[in-house]
Amino acid sequence: MVDTIAAISTGLSNSGISIIRVSGPETFQVMDRIFRGKKSGKKISEQKTHTIHYGFITDGEEIVDEVLVSVMRAPHTYTAEDVAEINCHGGSLVTKKVLKTVLKQGVRLAEAGEFTKRAFLNGRIDLSKAEAVMEVIRAKSDLALKNSMAQLQGNVLKEISELREKMIHHTAFIEAALDDPEHISLDGFTNELKTSIIEIRERLFRLISSAENGRMLKEGIRTVILGRPNVGKSSLLNLFAGEERAIVTDIAGTTRDTIEELVTVRGIALSLIDTAGIRSTEDMVEKIGVEKAKKAAEEADLILYIADATAEITEEEKELLSLIVNKKAIILLNKIDLCDIPDPSALEKLTKQKVLCISAKKEEGLDALYDTIEAMFFRKELSYNEDLYITGERQKQSLQNAYDAMGKVLESIEADMPEDFYSIDLMQGYESLGEITGESVDEDLVNTIFREFCMGK
Amino acid sequence: MDQVYESYDIAVVGAGHAGCEAALACARLSFHTVLFTVSTDSIALMPCNPNIGGTSKGHLVREIDALGGEMGKNIDKTYIQSKMLNKSKGPAVHSLRAQADKQDYSREMRRVLENTENLVIKQAEVAEIITENNCITGVKTASGAIYPCRAAILCTGTYLKARCIYGEVSNYTGPNGLPAANHLTDSLIAHGIEMYRFKTGTPARIDKRSIDFSVMEEQFGDEKVVPFSFTTDPDSFTKPQVSCWLAYTNEETHDIIKKNIDRSPLYSGVIHGTGPRYCPSIEDKVMKFADKERHQIFIEPEGNYTNEMYIAGMSSSLPEDVQVAMYRSVKGMEHAQIVRNAYAIEYDCINPMQLKASLEFKKISGLFSGGQFNGSSGYEEAAAQGLIAGINAARKLQGKEPLILDRSEAYIGVLIDDLVTKETHEPYRMMTSRAEYRLILRQDNADLRLTKYGYEVGLISEERYQKLLKKQEQIAAEMIRAKEQTIGGTEQVQELLTALGSTPLKSGSTLAELITRPELTYDMLAPIDKNRPDLPSDVTEQVEIELKYEGYIRRQMSQVAQFKKMEHKRIPADIDYDAIPSIRIEARQKLKQVRPENVGQASRISGVSPADISVLLVYLGR
Repeated sequence: MVDTIAAISTGLSNSGISIIRVSGPETFQVMDRIFRGKKSGKKISEQKTHTIHYGFITDGEEIVDEVLVSVMRAPHTYTAEDVAEINCHGGSLVTKKVLKTVLKQGVRLAEAGEFTKRAFLNGRIDLSKAEAVMEVIRAKSDLALKNSMAQLQGNVLKEISELREKMIHHTAFIEAALDDPEHISLDGFTNELKTSIIEIRERLFRLISSAENGRMLKEGIRTVILGRPNVGKSSLLNLFAGEERAIVTDIAGTTRDTIEELVTVRGIALSLIDTAGIRSTEDMVEKIGVEKAKKAAEEADLILYIADATAEITEEEKELLSLIVNKKAIILLNKIDLCDIPDPSALEKLTKQKVLCISAKKEEGLDALYDTIEAMFFRKELSYNEDLYITGERQKQSLQNAYDAMGKVLESIEADMPEDFYSIDLMQGYESLGEITGESVDEDLVNTIFREFCMGK
Repeated sequence: MDQVYESYDIAVVGAGHAGCEAALACARLSFHTVLFTVSTDSIALMPCNPNIGGTSKGHLVREIDALGGEMGKNIDKTYIQSKMLNKSKGPAVHSLRAQADKQDYSREMRRVLENTENLVIKQAEVAEIITENNCITGVKTASGAIYPCRAAILCTGTYLKARCIYGEVSNYTGPNGLPAANHLTDSLIAHGIEMYRFKTGTPARIDKRSIDFSVMEEQFGDEKVVPFSFTTDPDSFTKPQVSCWLAYTNEETHDIIKKNIDRSPLYSGVIHGTGPRYCPSIEDKVMKFADKERHQIFIEPEGNYTNEMYIAGMSSSLPEDVQVAMYRSVKGMEHAQIVRNAYAIEYDCINPMQLKASLEFKKISGLFSGGQFNGSSGYEEAAAQGLIAGINAARKLQGKEPLILDRSEAYIGVLIDDLVTKETHEPYRMMTSRAEYRLILRQDNADLRLTKYGYEVGLISEERYQKLLKKQEQIAAEMIRAKEQTIGGTEQVQELLTALGSTPLKSGSTLAELITRPELTYDMLAPIDKNRPDLPSDVTEQVEIELKYEGYIRRQMSQVAQFKKMEHKRIPADIDYDAIPSIRIEARQKLKQVRPENVGQASRISGVSPADISVLLVYLGR
């Protein structure tokens, strides 16, 4: 009765490789359909357990990515189910494309914390760890929802709410008429419904396709790394880029001459703004001048300011720091590995805020940085832009499910089914869209019936 | 002075629709049962609308019958008009509704009760429940008579501290001027039971001779009447039917109401109880849906014994003079003579979340309850709960597991699960939209769904059960035959199809495939179905429905399979929700309040999220 699930797993170390984990009884059959081995013609399902295979993920004729696939047979796997892990090229749209290819095979996108949940329920995690597992599930799903909601502010949320409203209204009308046939008639309603469903479906389709081609994926929290030359800006950027296995994409900005890199920190999307290519030069201030730095700082939602722990505070430093007054900023003191006792006090006095000591080179102090970003996000000091924005595959899948449900309503209409059949799929669509906004159905239908239609004896 | 009288196995308090089913079930299962009522003349009284069934309520009656209850049989004996509603819609929402002769209905039910072995009827007001160590041990009447018992079922309907109100008139009586039960509430509160106060209402009754029916639309019953009970022979069942009448309110009616709205106790704040949204008073309808120019009203006979007509759609608690003007503003009722005024009634009931799905109180072992006392509304909802409470009180004394129907098995399951799981702030009415698996919860297959349970419980005879098994076999065999029976494109076949407005065959087909065409039915295809066996119509009806809607039904069945997984994950009764730190506070409070019996029920509590359920699953998996 257990189904097969998949998700981008963030569990492994850096190096720009993403891992997609597939777990469940159908795992190897699914892999057989989408994996083409480079050397042997052997199918994944015929491979021995705990082996790795080199080849391609294919979607029909199209080659999606060059990958390594680990085969792990139940019960000696993380979830105690059959597991395959696809190592693909991370940091790009490719990862998502591979995941999509897997999901197209009828695999369900894993819920937040679901691998861990399965691992536990299948006895793979020590019973004494139950509490920790519950914490993980709690935290992951809270974050997922919060993130999803935060990103949905604006047009998409409005659009989804409108479509949901239409669906429940139609359902309520049908149901009111079924419950009170002597007062409410459905004569002629089918044609009206058909027209409306076609429109809803088109609007869902637009949402899905704009999510697909990334137009909707405008940006995360606009983040600029600022600092004097040679303080370690590039190292920090590269560290983030290493952290970005989950949802990463490169988007060439269309309106500005900048490259944005979308990375995620604890599930929060950041657009790292590489003004005129921070990566190519350490010496941003020198190259583009204070004016441009100022402009970048002004546009940023978040500034990561880096100072050098081994250097004194210069006039140039003070000038740069003046740019971040009244901006959301995190002050970092880098290169603490190079001095005996790092002293953030002078910097703290100057900026009147807490300074985090890090070593980008030794990867020290990063947790505190990530904690701070996360905390700011939850305190709503940071938020996404109110643009069309659909992130995860989960949201896209919910849109797709709603779209399919509307298709079924049309099928029922075409097949001349009685009206009571329509409401089954209308409610399915309503529920699917509710998953995106985190709203459950509860008593919505009954409430709508009573609110909008005069019922009763 | 208190005095102890004879003991009973089970005491049932109240002889309305819930109490009657409860008492009959207990007595028929051989338990010595006493049934208390404030008036033996009000047994199975229908104090409001004169009909049984209706959308989704008709389903409940069929289910009661399939389980071995009485309501279906009783309305079959006493109906004066019958109609299958929603016939133009899918089979899942077809619903039977019959007008009853109220006095016949009540008398007939009383006759059945009085002729049931092990059943004693007493006219007395039960004032207290008596417990020891949180177990029920007896009940005490207002006169001080104590009757020890091993289980008790409270079905007090709208009688607890009842108050009838219209205008400034406020009578401390139950419906129809019957005595209210003013003591039991205090005893329940003393036992730690949380009470609610709900209200409902009823329209005026008007003398038929004062109504001009010639300006109204006549509403007839169906020509071919379907009985409620699976045991009633449809052929011996038809009889002459009476008509109902359709009329409308108008602008004048609405003006009268609007002008006097401040005199309505609903609006002036005299009534505190919560009323059902499904049965709004006419003043509510006019105020809330101000843009509606008219409202439909149905004028229905109360029975063959009387001239009184029930004015459905115009319940009210407006003062007498406003009522007279309001009813007389309706076309055809200009000279209306009101026999009984419309009134609202307020009464005490419980918060049903204090009950288990067996309808036993969580706090008091052996104490069960059903009907409006549980916060529902309607005769059928009451009878359904009464039956389940009766069965489960009996099973408790038998030392057996309770009968709990889940949401995928019966409307009764949906009804009880909603009551004990979701917060109700108004009298709960059954609706088809509340049943998420309604394609398989049809009124036509209630016997196939439930009669096996009635048989296991002991309320269904061996003979009836064997008949059911035979029906099942016949359906299964005919389904197989229909799928295998090929039909070629012969001249006869093409001719018939064309004549029936269907497209001729391009290649061979099966009987089953042809039945899935919307324009065709099983019966229509008889001439080209050479090997058709002679089968009863209830069998072929099932075959047709199962084939016609197979895709949808299959989809719903797979949803049910998912649903069952969670229903089967039981939560131990002694679970300590405070020991699960990762459940959010809101969810924890709700879980502690409801104490769900399984994970499925937990997931339906509002305020419990999917993540909370994941956490709960992990906790249970420890």
